[in-house]
Amino acid sequence: MKTRIPAACAALAAALLLAVGAQAQIKKDAVKIGVLADMSSLYADLGGPGSVVAANMAVKDFGGKVNGKKIEVVSADHQNKPDVGASIARQWFDRDGVDMITDLTTSSVALAVQEVAREKNKVLMITGAASSDLTGKNCAPTSIHYAYDTTALANGTGAAVVKAGGKTWFFITADYAFGHALQKDTAAVVTANGGKVLGSVNVPLNTADFSSYLLQAQASKAQIIGLANAGGDTINSIKQAAEFGIVKGGQKLAGLLLFVTDVHSLGLKTAQGLNLTESFYWDQDAKTRAWSKRFFAIAKKEPTMTQAGVYSAVMHYLQAVKATNSVNGPKVVAYLRGRPINDFMIRHGHLQADGSLVHDMYLYEVKKPSESKDPWDLYNLVATIPGAQAFKRPRGNECPLVKG
Amino acid sequence: MLAHLPAMPPAPLFFAQLLVGLINGAFYAMLSLGLAVIFGLLNIINFTHGAQYMLGAFCAWFLLTRFGIGYWPALVIAPIAVGIVGVAIERLFLRRIARLDHLYGLLLTFGLALAIEGIFRQEYGSSGLPYSIPPELEGATNLGFMFLPIYRAWVIAISALVCGATWFVIERTRLGATLRAATENPALVRAFGIDVPRLVTLTYGAGAGLAAFAGVLAAPIYQVSPLMGSGIITVVFAVVVIGGMGSILGAIISGFALGLIEGLTKVFYPEASNTVIFVIMVIVLLIKPAGLFGRAS
Repeated sequence: MKTRIPAACAALAAALLLAVGAQAQIKKDAVKIGVLADMSSLYADLGGPGSVVAANMAVKDFGGKVNGKKIEVVSADHQNKPDVGASIARQWFDRDGVDMITDLTTSSVALAVQEVAREKNKVLMITGAASSDLTGKNCAPTSIHYAYDTTALANGTGAAVVKAGGKTWFFITADYAFGHALQKDTAAVVTANGGKVLGSVNVPLNTADFSSYLLQAQASKAQIIGLANAGGDTINSIKQAAEFGIVKGGQKLAGLLLFVTDVHSLGLKTAQGLNLTESFYWDQDAKTRAWSKRFFAIAKKEPTMTQAGVYSAVMHYLQAVKATNSVNGPKVVAYLRGRPINDFMIRHGHLQADGSLVHDMYLYEVKKPSESKDPWDLYNLVATIPGAQAFKRPRGNECPLVKG
Repeated sequence: MLAHLPAMPPAPLFFAQLLVGLINGAFYAMLSLGLAVIFGLLNIINFTHGAQYMLGAFCAWFLLTRFGIGYWPALVIAPIAVGIVGVAIERLFLRRIARLDHLYGLLLTFGLALAIEGIFRQEYGSSGLPYSIPPELEGATNLGFMFLPIYRAWVIAISALVCGATWFVIERTRLGATLRAATENPALVRAFGIDVPRLVTLTYGAGAGLAAFAGVLAAPIYQVSPLMGSGIITVVFAVVVIGGMGSILGAIISGFALGLIEGLTKVFYPEASNTVIFVIMVIVLLIKPAGLFGRAS
């Protein structure tokens, strides 16, 4: 009898394995990709409808089918509300048969959707949200943080500014998961490089008037005012800082997350000289220009790193689905983890066990109006930051998936 | 979170914050003024007001980028243009539901606002478009306790003037008296040979024009963005409710006062700065449902 129990267990395990194997075949009519984004509010320009354009471009370039199955793109507006985002994701996974969700701008929404994906073992390829907690203490086995994160932003802009002499900092921080993560990561880099944080103020998301916060920053006498916010909030802070003579008074602004659409919207007169970190700029080289030209033809604006990230993520996802002949989350992610990721957008990419895609980041400086040849000619490259340096967490990683 | 509470800020910073609050109050006052005029005289809860404010800013941007017409002419042209749009809205839509319950007007104007904003967002995106401060008002003066941008000082001055003028016209002139009478008893006013429907149309147009005027003033401070109206309109409605629906003076005073209170919240507990006005609204509604300056009906 005693020998039979292990044998039975083995048989059962084998049967289960077979069942998993059988499940792994694409048994449905179509492979579905969901673009879940801010379609209408302050982050709509950096992801939003442009991300849908990018996802559709990728599907078209892939040929519209994977292993004989049609590829469909669906999209929805999460309105920057975590509950709305999570319930759309749940409905997509449970009822509509969505296999992968991308974009996911707004960290609070991405964190909520990540819990749903964890429960359902579905793939997320996050190109919009920034919080490093997505691959830190909240990391999930089937979630990939694709385009950039707050660690990379801190190691890029934060480190560059401290090394250029900006030793004392005051933060104006968006009061939710993203802003807090960006402030925390940047403060760690600032202190590690010998700088000091003098204070901070938490500002509600989507604020129109920053003058009160700018005055507090001015009164702190910090050399650097770190803007730990994004999109419309960053645009308004920078614009109003000019009005209050902050830069003329000797203090400097550090836009910790700036997208090409933000700089375009501000205009070079206001934005010139700002340092910023991105994983993609349309005018970087022949490859980025070629892709961006196609994007521009449809979207009528240059792509952001979030939008280029959506294209790249969808492409690599479809390649993994094709190679594994499966839409099973863990299987697809395991495939992606096993090989380098390289294309026009991601350079020297390598997917880590915590879900972060480590790749080269770039430090740019916004051009002077006299240097710019057309309305989207906005950046000068200052430095390429190798992935290992850009994504190195100053205080180690709390992600339970990575031991030690 | 309470650990974030800063101590009493130094006096200079405190005064600076009061002044900044006053500037925001100026916008609240001007926008709630238009709403109060439209509600007080026409009984329409005009949710399109935020969209009209946004249209004013866009109009200034169009004038500058398409026709090279600068800020000063835009201050006159944009309110007139948006006022004409307002007249069209009143003639085409609002007139048809004038006899129905307030709620229908609210829903109609709300729908219109969503449609207008949606079209602009589709066309111009969410980041907004840059609009510079006119050269005459560029720069700042050092007040000792703060660096006051000249443009912001201009905003306070001009909005105080516009608010005062509007109050005077409605409360102290013959035209204002006629308007108020037309609201109380349209049939009787008509009997005096006054064209009440035209009066109503023009009043709505003037209210829309006021919103557009505020929009032009706002353009150099905020980005000219399709979203700028929806952001401010909820706050402005709270201001009107606090001041008393339809009370001109209430709208002006509570606009400035709430700007100040919001400014102080930004110093003492910044996280609550976008909720404080609504908390006050709830308290006022509980204690004085008609608003601070409203007459209970």
